[in-house]
Formats: sequence, C-alpha cells, structure tokens
Amino acid sequence: MRLMESLCLTASMTTELSRRLLERDRKAVPEALNLIEDDRRAQRDASAALLQKLEGNNRAALRVGITGAPGAGKSTLIDALVRELRSRDKTVGIIAVDPSSQKSGGALLGDRLRMRSSASDEGVFLRSMAARDRLGGLSASCRDGIEILASAFDVVLIETVGVGQSESEIVNLVHTLVFVAQPGAGDSVQFMKAGLIEMPDVFVVNKADTGAIAERTQSELLGGVGLSDEPAGAWTAPALLASARDGTGICEVVDAIVEHRDHLVETDTLNTRLNRGKAEWLRGALIDRYGTHGIEKLGGPDALHAMIDAEVSEAAPVTYQRLALAIEDTLRKG
Amino acid sequence: MSAQKKDRPWLIRTYSGHSSAEKSNELYRSNLAKGQTGLSVAFDLPTQTGYDSDHVLARGEVGKVGVPICHIDDMSTLFNEIPLDQMNTSMTINATSNWLLALLVVVAERQGVAPSELKGTTQNDIIKEYLSRGTYVFPPEASVRMTSDMIAYSVNEIPGWNPVNVCSYHLQEAGATPVQEIAYSMATALALLDSVAARDDVPEEAVPRVFGRISFFLNSSIRFVEETCKCRAMTQLWEEIGRNRYGITDPKLLRFRYGVQVNSLGLTEAQPENNAIRIALEALGVTLSKSARARAMQLPAWNEALGLPRPWDQQWSLRIQQILAYETDLLEYPDIFEGSVVIEERTQQLIEESKAELQKVLDMGGAVAAVENAYMKQRLVESHTNRLRAIESGEQLLVGVNAFTEGEDSPLTAGGSLGSILSVDEGAEREQIERLNSFRAKRNQADVDGALQNLRDVVTAGGNAMPPSIQAARAGVTTGEWTDTMRDIFGEYRAPTGIVIRDASEATGMTADVRKRVDDVSTALGRRIKLLVGKPGLDGHSNGAEQIAVKARDVGMEVVYDGIRLTPAELVASARDEGVHAIGLSILSGSHSVLVVDVLNGLKEAGLGGLPVIVGGIIPEEDADELRAAGVSRVYTPRDFDLTRIMAEITETVASVHASDGVSVSDGVDDD
Repeated sequence: MRLMESLCLTASMTTELSRRLLERDRKAVPEALNLIEDDRRAQRDASAALLQKLEGNNRAALRVGITGAPGAGKSTLIDALVRELRSRDKTVGIIAVDPSSQKSGGALLGDRLRMRSSASDEGVFLRSMAARDRLGGLSASCRDGIEILASAFDVVLIETVGVGQSESEIVNLVHTLVFVAQPGAGDSVQFMKAGLIEMPDVFVVNKADTGAIAERTQSELLGGVGLSDEPAGAWTAPALLASARDGTGICEVVDAIVEHRDHLVETDTLNTRLNRGKAEWLRGALIDRYGTHGIEKLGGPDALHAMIDAEVSEAAPVTYQRLALAIEDTLRKG
Repeated sequence: MSAQKKDRPWLIRTYSGHSSAEKSNELYRSNLAKGQTGLSVAFDLPTQTGYDSDHVLARGEVGKVGVPICHIDDMSTLFNEIPLDQMNTSMTINATSNWLLALLVVVAERQGVAPSELKGTTQNDIIKEYLSRGTYVFPPEASVRMTSDMIAYSVNEIPGWNPVNVCSYHLQEAGATPVQEIAYSMATALALLDSVAARDDVPEEAVPRVFGRISFFLNSSIRFVEETCKCRAMTQLWEEIGRNRYGITDPKLLRFRYGVQVNSLGLTEAQPENNAIRIALEALGVTLSKSARARAMQLPAWNEALGLPRPWDQQWSLRIQQILAYETDLLEYPDIFEGSVVIEERTQQLIEESKAELQKVLDMGGAVAAVENAYMKQRLVESHTNRLRAIESGEQLLVGVNAFTEGEDSPLTAGGSLGSILSVDEGAEREQIERLNSFRAKRNQADVDGALQNLRDVVTAGGNAMPPSIQAARAGVTTGEWTDTMRDIFGEYRAPTGIVIRDASEATGMTADVRKRVDDVSTALGRRIKLLVGKPGLDGHSNGAEQIAVKARDVGMEVVYDGIRLTPAELVASARDEGVHAIGLSILSGSHSVLVVDVLNGLKEAGLGGLPVIVGGIIPEEDADELRAAGVSRVYTPRDFDLTRIMAEITETVASVHASDGVSVSDGVDDD
C-alpha cells in the first residue's frame, strides 16, 4: 500500500519537478538536488524517474570541469569566469566538490565563501557537495547533479580537487576539462609524470600577475602538451595565462572553452564523451557492487558494453537498476 | 643601591566608544577626569569596514561595539573639548585607517592644531584582520600598500604618530601559542617594513626612523610567567632584527615599543566576577619587567563575556591599572628578573623557536603569502582547536567553568544578566542615520564629487592615498563613499578560512557516540546531515564559527562554511540552494536581536520556516529567551565550552524537526 502510494506520488512529483527544471525555475533546482542526493529507496526511484525525464532534454548546456591542485586558485578563477559568462548573458550552475573525511564521513565545504561575487545574482547557482565515499573521486550525486543543473542553466561548472583520480572521472562527465595550474608550484611537472596531461582540453596558468614564474609554468605545460602523440586535426589544448585577481585572460579562457565546444560539434563528437562517461560509470558502479563475478553473469565485459551502448538514451540510474536486477536475477538462479 | 629613579607609568587607557560621537565624547571626558591618561577609540563595525550607517550591512550594528563615524562632523563631535595637541589618542582602526587618520588631521586643523603636533596610534595591522579579527576590506597587497602610504606620509608629516601597531593581540585571541604570536607578528612587521623600504618616496636614510615608528600591540594571558618571558623575547628579537636586517644602530630606534590589552579569550561567562582577578594577574605579565614593559595598557572589563561593559565596569579595570602603577612598588625597581636563570632560559627558548617559525613564513614569501596560502591561519585554528579540546577534556582547568563550579550566587549579576551590562539605546542607529542625512543635504556635492574623483585618480596612478583622503575629509565625503571608491579600485577580498586542515581526529568516548548518532540520523534522512555555518552582520571574529565548523565535520556532518559579513538574504539563499538541514549563526557584536530575526523572517518567506536555526555568541539570557520565542532552536554562549555536547544537541534538533515532518528518524532505513 505504502509502496503504491509512493510510486503514484513519485510519478506526479517527478513530472512536475522535471517540468519546472526545464522551464528554468530556479527554486526547483535545490529541490531536485535534495532528491538526487537522497539515498532512501523511494527517493532513489523518484530520482531515477526524474533523470529519465531530463535525459535528452538537457544536452544543450555546456558542461565544463575545472580541476587543479589545492591552492591553485580554482574557486577565485571560477568566480571570475562566472562574471565573464554572466556578461555574455549565460546562466551558470556550479557544483563544487570537496573531500570527505575518511574517518568521520563529514566534510568542510568552503567554496561558497570564495565565490561571492554573484551571491545575490539569480542567474548563478552554487551547490557544494562532499566527495562522500569516493576518495578523491566523484560521488553519484555529483554525476546526477550535473544532469539537474544542465537542465536549468546554460553552463554547468564542476570544480573538483585534482589528485589524479578525479581527473579521469570528471573528464567523461563534461564537454571540456580545464586544468588550473599554479605558477611555480611544480604541479604541472607532477601532472605530466602522472601521465594525465592528455586529459585536459584547456590549461590555465592562474595568478599570471606573478609574471616570469607563471610564464615558465606555461611553457612547461606547452612542452608537455606538444609531447603527446595526437592525430592531425585533433584538438590541441592551449595553455593560457590568466589572473583572477586583475581579470587578465579571463575572457580568453571562456573563448577557449567555447572554441573547444565548437570543435566537438564540428567533429561530431559532442556526446561521445558523455556517453562513454555514462558507460564507464555504470561499469564501475556495477563492479563496486557485484564484483567482476557479477559482470560475468551478464556475459562478461563485452556483453555489458553492448548492453550499455544499446541504451544510450536511458538515464544512467535507470540502466543501472535494470542491469543490477538482471545480475541479481542470475545470481539467484545460479 | 643608589636611589633608583621611579619609572614613569605606562599610558593608562580604556578601549571605549558607543552609540554616537556625542555620547562617546561624554564618556571620554569622564574617563579622563577619573585619571585616565590617554584615549583609545573603539569604532563601530560599519566604520571599521567602510560602510555608512544607512548601508544594508550596517543594520543592527550602528553604535554597538564602538562609535559610528560617517564624516568630519562626527569626528569633530568625538573630540569636542579634547585638545588634540595634548592628547595621546589610539584608534583601533585597520582597513579604513587612512580615512580615519585623514578625518583626525582635519579635526586637528579645525582646533588649530598642526598635524606635526598630533600624538597617537592607528592600529592599522591588516594582516591580523585576515587571520583573526575579520574587518579587512581590500586584498592583502592593496592593504599593505595603503598601510605603507600612511607610514610614508606620517613619518614626515606626523612624526609623533605610530602609523602601525603590529598586533599579536588578536593572534592570541585566535588561539596562538606564544611562539606563533611572536613569529607571526614579527613576520607582519617585516612585510610592512620591506614594503615601505621599497618605496621611491621613502629615502634609504629614512628607514631607521620608519623602523622606530613601528609599535606593537600585545596580548597577555593568565600564564603571566611565560608572558613575561614572551615580552622579553620580543624585545630582544626586535632589536636583533633592527640591527641585522635593517642595519640600525641607534638604541632609541631599536627599542621594542608596545601597548597591551590583556586576554579576553580566557574571560569566562560563568562566575564572571572572577575575571577581575584574571585581568589583574594578566596585567603582571606585561609590566613586571622594566626592560620589556608595556608603554600603554587597556584592560577589558570583568563582564565582557556577558555583553557590553558599562562605565562602572570600565572604571573597575581602570582602578586595577592605577593600583598597579601608583600603589604597588612595581615602578621603584630596576629590572627584577636580571640574573634570573629560569626566566632567561625560557626567554631564549621562545626566541629560538620563534625564529624558526618566522623563517618558515619568510621562506614561503613572507606574511602576505602566508595569509594567501592560509598557512598562518591553519596553524592558529589548529592551536585553538587544541586549546578547546584541552578544556573539554579537563586537561586545562578554568575555575568556575570546568572546575570548582559550585558556589554562591554573585550579587554583581543579581539583577539578571541585562542588569549588569550596557544596553545601547535602540534609537542610536536611527538618530545616527538622521544626522548622516542632514550632513549629506548640507554639503556641497560638487566638492564631494571632485574630491572623490581626485582620490580615485591619485590612487589609480599609484600616488599616496593620504593627501587626497585629507582633502576628501574636508570636502564632506562620507566613510562609505571613501571606502566604495577604494573598493572600486582594489576590489574586495575574502580571506581563506584555514579550517580545511587535517583529517578528523580518532573518535573517542562521546565523540564516537555522536558520530554514530549522526550516521544513524543521516541514514534516516536519506543523506548526510548538512549544516550551514555563517556570520551575519559585520562582526568578523570568525574563530568561534570556525571551531564549530571543524567540530561538526569531526562528528560527521557536511558543513557549508559561508564565512563572514553576510546579509540575512544571502544566508537564506545559501540555506535554500545548499539544501541544509540546519543553520548555525555566530554573532559576537551584540546585534543578534535584529539580524537573527531578519534571517528567521527570510526563511519563512522562502518557505523554509521549519529549518532549525541555532545561534551562538555573546548573548544575555534575556535576549536568548527572546530569540527562542522568535523561533530559534538553540542558543549557545561562551559558557558552552563543550563542543561535542553542542553537536549532540544539534543532531537531536535535526532529528526531531524531521521526525515531525513525517520522516521516521528512529527506525532506520526504508521499506525495501
């Protein structure tokens, strides 16, 4: 009885919520985010239903990941980028991810503090999220949150702390990945050593007002990008100098993000990454829960891949639930 | 022993100011009549952060923690019948200090006193504002430039002025250990000196004079033996820095000159009368050594943790100073620690450790860099957390708080807590705004516009901000207009919090219990308890809010830390957008009644009326009752030192609120 009631409620509520989101009702955004963060069964069902309704209707939004080492000035750079985007009449939704304590599960989310310049601007929305159980990575809430924001805003920015793993996770959730380097901090060198240099689409050397040090970091990055072996016609990541402090280069960073999107459109690869991201997330989430053993039950990795590809128009949680049920079914039988 | 000439007493002051320039002027004159020998001006928060009394952020703050000064007429009233050539005036002003000094220069002009005859101090230590006190406005580099403008100006034009009072005081209030206090204040002094020495308009031969004008503002805790050693250590270290880094040889210029306000952090709300004894003992640490004695002192009042002190409360502290200076034999002796092996050993130890810490800061680029990368802030928050943990565990004893709590009721607080503090007349804000409006109406707008344009031009071109600021003061520019012009040029700044420090500590005892409860309630809620912590209004003392944020994370909550200087509307928007389960507000300036009610009303309008609001601050019991009646879930004051218990209570508040919404809190997960 209770279940039936909640399902009916779910259907009408999610229809209403998706309508409000797509009509860009700003007040619907926090409601929807509260829902997709809610881990209770009924709410999980409702959020899968909501995401299914949004699927395909929110692909117009530009999705941009911003990553870099702690202290690189990501938040202040985002603050400056938001001002630039606003001056171009774009609405902006932001998710800022901070790590969770492994011991207590708690988290300190301090990004609002550093992104104050649009505090009273209705065209800007910021939600802080904890990384939760994913060490240095992205929670399912973050992934789903991007879908919510993409429904209601022109541009979605996701800020994550760059510690290696998060780059590889975020890269497939966005159209464009921006890496923010701190001048002289040596993180760019670390970055190249870690073999992550191919991931970002745009490099920004922040704090360009430090002059020569910033320029040296820029040339290190350019050198690193030049080393990678890309086919002709591929996108070459620019390394731009910018200063959130005095506003230098901010316009150019936004231009580069737009150019990269144009490149994706021209090469007809705009959705390739997002689809790949969805598939990878699904695979990861299924392995997390059922192990490789569970994947074998579906016929192995290749079969799983094919199943996921066949359902590209489905929202990830919907596919997840279907595949999870399928695995559990075979487990019960076998 | 030859007859020793008695040492001259330090300047005896009281940090004061409230309601209006007129009321504060009355207070100053009565304090001087009681034997006070210098003035120490407290400005209200709008003045300190550069807002006119009618600005939206000034609401509830006008005349609360000090005097509101919006324009030259306010400043003239403040010093009415106080001849500035005979008075040593200390002004606790930082981000807007160039402006307030400009106003003082013009008041002196009106009194017929030349700038060269002015004596006194502007606090003007912006670094500690980022670290602790929170009344900064501009980014660090711009602020340091403004400070160096004032130093360069005053060293020639107002030679009797101490343009900067480098403050270790607020570092201790933020939890600093003696070593951190010494190292970070020295780092600040070096940053300022280096920036002045690099200026084109300050010739190299003037640098020793600049060095000689830098004074310090110290704190003194109840550990008065160690404090004695700290003052001796700073005296030696400063001289060494002067000789080695700046090549100064004149012993007069090498002298470490400092004023003091003794510790407020250790003053307790419980058994508040004990604070009078604490204050007297704390005064010893900075007066016992003749070779390292304070030049000026102001003592807090015994009831500071309850609310704003009345004139009588301040008088009691004034009497402590007078008894120490005039009744005891303290000033009759040469340095009484000369030859003390114990004092000397601890002093040298502090010097060595401070030098190492100072070097660390210098290696990362100096004080400004160590603000921007949050290094110093992180160390302070860490020390403060350790202090609170020690009190909570009983390792550090506080009489009347975590020990010896049984006792008789105090007749001093018999009239209820409101009967033993000053309440600022609620009409003060309205009257101040009326005065401001009539001032604006009568001034010549063309003069004002011209002065502001000139200020903008000079500062943008890199010129010294002092002369155009003095001109602006004459022309009738207001505090808000001056600061807005500067904000426009330099931008506004938000300092890093320093609260993202390390992983949560291992849970023991009650913390483990609270963690478990947070986990359970979070599971029932469907997501982890999310708490918004922020400070409405202009009070920038963020230490308490930061400790709450750290502790909340420690017990497993997700904490959105929204920082300082927030309007009620901004807090409501944050709560809505972040989807929090509760809001924690911290207010120490006494403006809780207005601001908290504004937040509650805003939440109702946003459809978030059920969201629990928890308030912490210096809040008299009667006000706490009113707040609870208005809908606040819980009120905490300095009496509530047990952070773990506070977290347990917040968790239950969240649980009960959502239980009444139909969310089952006790039976765990759902029906699948």
